[in-house]
Amino acid sequence: MSEIFGVPVQALMGQLTIGLVNGCFYALLSLGLAVIFGMLNIVNFAHGALYMVGAFFSWMLLNYAGVNYWYSLILAPLGVAAIGVVIERTMLKWLYQLDHLYGLLLTFGLALVTEGVFRHYYGSSGQPYDLPEVFRGPIDLGFMMLPKYRAWVVVASLLVCFATWYVIEKTKLGAYLRAGTENPKLVQAFGINVPLMITLTYAFGVGLAGFAGVMAAPVYLVAPTMGSSIIIVVFAVVVIGGMGSIMGSIVTGLGLGLIEGLTKVYYPEASTTVVFVIMAIVLMVRPAGLFGKEK
Amino acid sequence: MSLHRTPAAVPRRFLREAVRRLACAAAVLPLAWAAPAQASLSDGVLKIGVLTDMSGPYSDFVGKGAVIAARMAIDDFGGRMFGKDIVLVEADHLSKADVGKNVAQRWFDVEKVDAAFELNNSSVALAVTALGRDRNRITVVTGAASSRITNEDCAPATSLHWVYDTHSLANVVGKAIVRIGGKRWFFLTADYAFGHSLERDTSNVVRAAGGTVVGGVRHPLDVGDFSSFLLQAQASKADIVALANAGTDTVNSIKSATEFGIPKKQRLVTLLLGISAVHALGLPAAQDLYMAEGWYWDTNDETRAFGRRFAALHNGRMPNAIHTGVYSSVSHYLKAVRTAGTDDTAKVMKAMHAAPVNDVFTKNGRIREDGLMQHDVYLFQVKKPAESKAPWDYLKLVETVKGEDAFQPLSQTRCPALLAKGRA
Amino acid sequence: MNKTTMFYGAMLVVALVAPFVGYPLFLMKLLCFALFACAFNLLIGFTGLLSFGHAMFFGSAAYACAHAAKVWGWTPEVAILFGTACSAVIGAIVGTLAVRRQGIYFAMITLALSQMIYFFCVQAPFTYAEDGIQSVPRNKLLGLIDLKSDLHMYFFVLAIFVGGFALIHRIIHSPFGQVLKSIRENEARALSLGYDVDRYKLVAFILSAGLAGMAGATKTLALGLATLTDVTWQMSGEVVLMTLLGGMGTIVGPVVGAGVIVAMQNYLSGFGSWVTIIMGATFVVCVLAFRRGIVGEFEYRILKRRNGGH
Repeated sequence: MSEIFGVPVQALMGQLTIGLVNGCFYALLSLGLAVIFGMLNIVNFAHGALYMVGAFFSWMLLNYAGVNYWYSLILAPLGVAAIGVVIERTMLKWLYQLDHLYGLLLTFGLALVTEGVFRHYYGSSGQPYDLPEVFRGPIDLGFMMLPKYRAWVVVASLLVCFATWYVIEKTKLGAYLRAGTENPKLVQAFGINVPLMITLTYAFGVGLAGFAGVMAAPVYLVAPTMGSSIIIVVFAVVVIGGMGSIMGSIVTGLGLGLIEGLTKVYYPEASTTVVFVIMAIVLMVRPAGLFGKEK
Repeated sequence: MSLHRTPAAVPRRFLREAVRRLACAAAVLPLAWAAPAQASLSDGVLKIGVLTDMSGPYSDFVGKGAVIAARMAIDDFGGRMFGKDIVLVEADHLSKADVGKNVAQRWFDVEKVDAAFELNNSSVALAVTALGRDRNRITVVTGAASSRITNEDCAPATSLHWVYDTHSLANVVGKAIVRIGGKRWFFLTADYAFGHSLERDTSNVVRAAGGTVVGGVRHPLDVGDFSSFLLQAQASKADIVALANAGTDTVNSIKSATEFGIPKKQRLVTLLLGISAVHALGLPAAQDLYMAEGWYWDTNDETRAFGRRFAALHNGRMPNAIHTGVYSSVSHYLKAVRTAGTDDTAKVMKAMHAAPVNDVFTKNGRIREDGLMQHDVYLFQVKKPAESKAPWDYLKLVETVKGEDAFQPLSQTRCPALLAKGRA
Repeated sequence: MNKTTMFYGAMLVVALVAPFVGYPLFLMKLLCFALFACAFNLLIGFTGLLSFGHAMFFGSAAYACAHAAKVWGWTPEVAILFGTACSAVIGAIVGTLAVRRQGIYFAMITLALSQMIYFFCVQAPFTYAEDGIQSVPRNKLLGLIDLKSDLHMYFFVLAIFVGGFALIHRIIHSPFGQVLKSIRENEARALSLGYDVDRYKLVAFILSAGLAGMAGATKTLALGLATLTDVTWQMSGEVVLMTLLGGMGTIVGPVVGAGVIVAMQNYLSGFGSWVTIIMGATFVVCVLAFRRGIVGEFEYRILKRRNGGH
């Protein structure tokens, strides 16, 4: 059997596939952050908390209303998006004239409140969300047995990521969005409702986080802290990629998932820090990020 | 509650139990008679504190439940000591050692609290244990597992450690599993002091019992996704995959293990997992898992009755070993104060050491010189969903390990105070 | 100016009397967090840089000082200096990386790097991970004065606080501080005036990191422990909240903010799980309706009245 640095190729392929699954979560989350940042110029610290809320919504839908996974895949992100609308309309919109840091501080506070409320009512140890029946058991990929659900995570996330990219980069709606980012006054003058567009963008961005939450519910434990532990890594991903481009954040998310997967094989002790180390290196070599433009 | 007892120790035990029962029944009667004539409390009132994590990561394992258990112990004792109401104070240390230490210090210095209980999370436990040594107040640790509490950082004159420590968990799991046929072990270890000591202790036990350790992987705290490490465990072809981690890490590793079908070919063993975590995982994911516990509610009539009483006060959640440990330690403390006839630390500690612990938590538990309460520990296996008949019906007993086999022998102590005494 | 001197004098008298009235341990903790918040404010309030990872300086200095005092048996003043130096070195490294990006990126980078330090502290053997370094001895000040008594320790902590506070005050009112303020107001203009902006930012960052470390090291000796709590991102969040609540860019604001938050944590511990929610809600309210903070709002009112009177 052939080996790469003492690890059988087959095992390595398996690990890379697993890394790709994690990369999908990073990509979905950093994509949402990038979309929001592009339009609102705000770093949404509450992103992790809303990802957690998405997971909890799907758990609640299943346990209180008997709604299955497929429906919650649509309903939970819509619910999170609705929360997003409320947040944007009642709070964020007052901050656009101020320093961008206030947006970060506000959303940080919101994240604390959300996490605290869920911890108060649902406890700290989390809730189980069983795998949907269809996804039980593995698929034989030749080099590994991949659980069906993980395969589904990869397929669904990539679809959503590329659909988002397509809408923003290739359609008329996307063109308005991009134009609104560059020059809101001008776009407004063309008769487009910019405030509405901003609200919907924020709702869409956090909806993506909610979607990632639903995807994560069966894999991870549905727990109040699930958001805060992933969001810091996603921030690092965003710094590495630079928030300038949609494709950039998708590619960086996936790429870092793969690198993290490799670290888990060769030097597992460093697997939580590797992303930060890469961030430091990127900052030294290319301060604006891999896909960012220096302003 | 039943009167079921092993025959050997009936007479004394029966008497003791009868006294306790009288006390329970006579909650309204002043209990001062039972106490020696010169009975007195230093500041006129007996005040005990429960300091625990009510909002942090361990709040489900301890938290409010610990306060409820302490309250139950006081009620069962009759609520009064030498004619005065026993006062119970509670505080949340937010899982921060500095907040915990600050609160305990205020309790000891200003509010005249006589003893502090629970103290979950080992940083708080160690901080408050050290403070108790300084201020000459009794501290009883139930939730924290660090074996430093009775070793390097021991305070045998003031501190007790009640439910478990890493050494006993490792010992019980290692011995019992090798005995039932788990010979080849693979460790999934949290990469910090706690995980290392758990892995080291367990490996020693496994090797001594005739098993082998075929490999292991160390993961950082809070790594989130464990599938990659579990693939390595799978590739090792070990019989046993042992999880030397805690909290969310354990729960997440079990979830991923189930997803990757590990329990089908290999057996999954956790070294530290409470029933609350089994509840969080759900039986489909947790089934067949082995775990060591000091107490389980569905053991006999007495434990069942206690469990139901507790659950009625705690939103239907059954008590875990830590909750019952708080009940047990508070009861034992109160009895000792009555026997000693005073709340003086040294005298109460002497009485606590002298009396065996006989209550719903354990039979014939014994407080050792190093402050460790030695009692029987059990190896359980989590039931399959089909075997579970009722909510919280989660575990079946595999083995009972005697206290003297479960805990670190006193001869191996690393407690400086005891070592000094030995040398003298 | 005269009024200011009187105000500081009055505050000093209060601080000197406080331990005889209040609880010294709580007061020491308060002073340490107040110094921490002041150090943080030097960056956000006077340079316009939002660091979301200041816990890394506070916490690593706490560990360094605890190790020096407990394992090496160093005297308190040397142990604290050692802790301060460690955090200043970390500050220099982190700062060099972080000042390469501006605004929100700066916040994210500091947060990410502090998370890295957190993971390092969990794994490094000398921190004893979740057990923390416990029973850190206070030893003898200069090898002479025993700090075992809380009262002695309190005055030592007070001296450090006053020293740190005076230093910050001096920095702000120095020409260097004026340049920092001009960077905060308009970075491009400062750059065009020929100032090496990044260099100024870096120096401010190192100063702030060192002072935050000094606060952390002092806290370790006062409370006798260094634990992971000190390096978590929640701790970074807390110091941001203290400063925001007290008033960013005011000199005494952070002290007030720290007082409120520390008191909240100590005396509201009965609120249990609501503490986090209350903290989060305070953040939201501050940002939406109370951006000047307690002291800032106070100063603004007085200024407005004075201007209205004329």
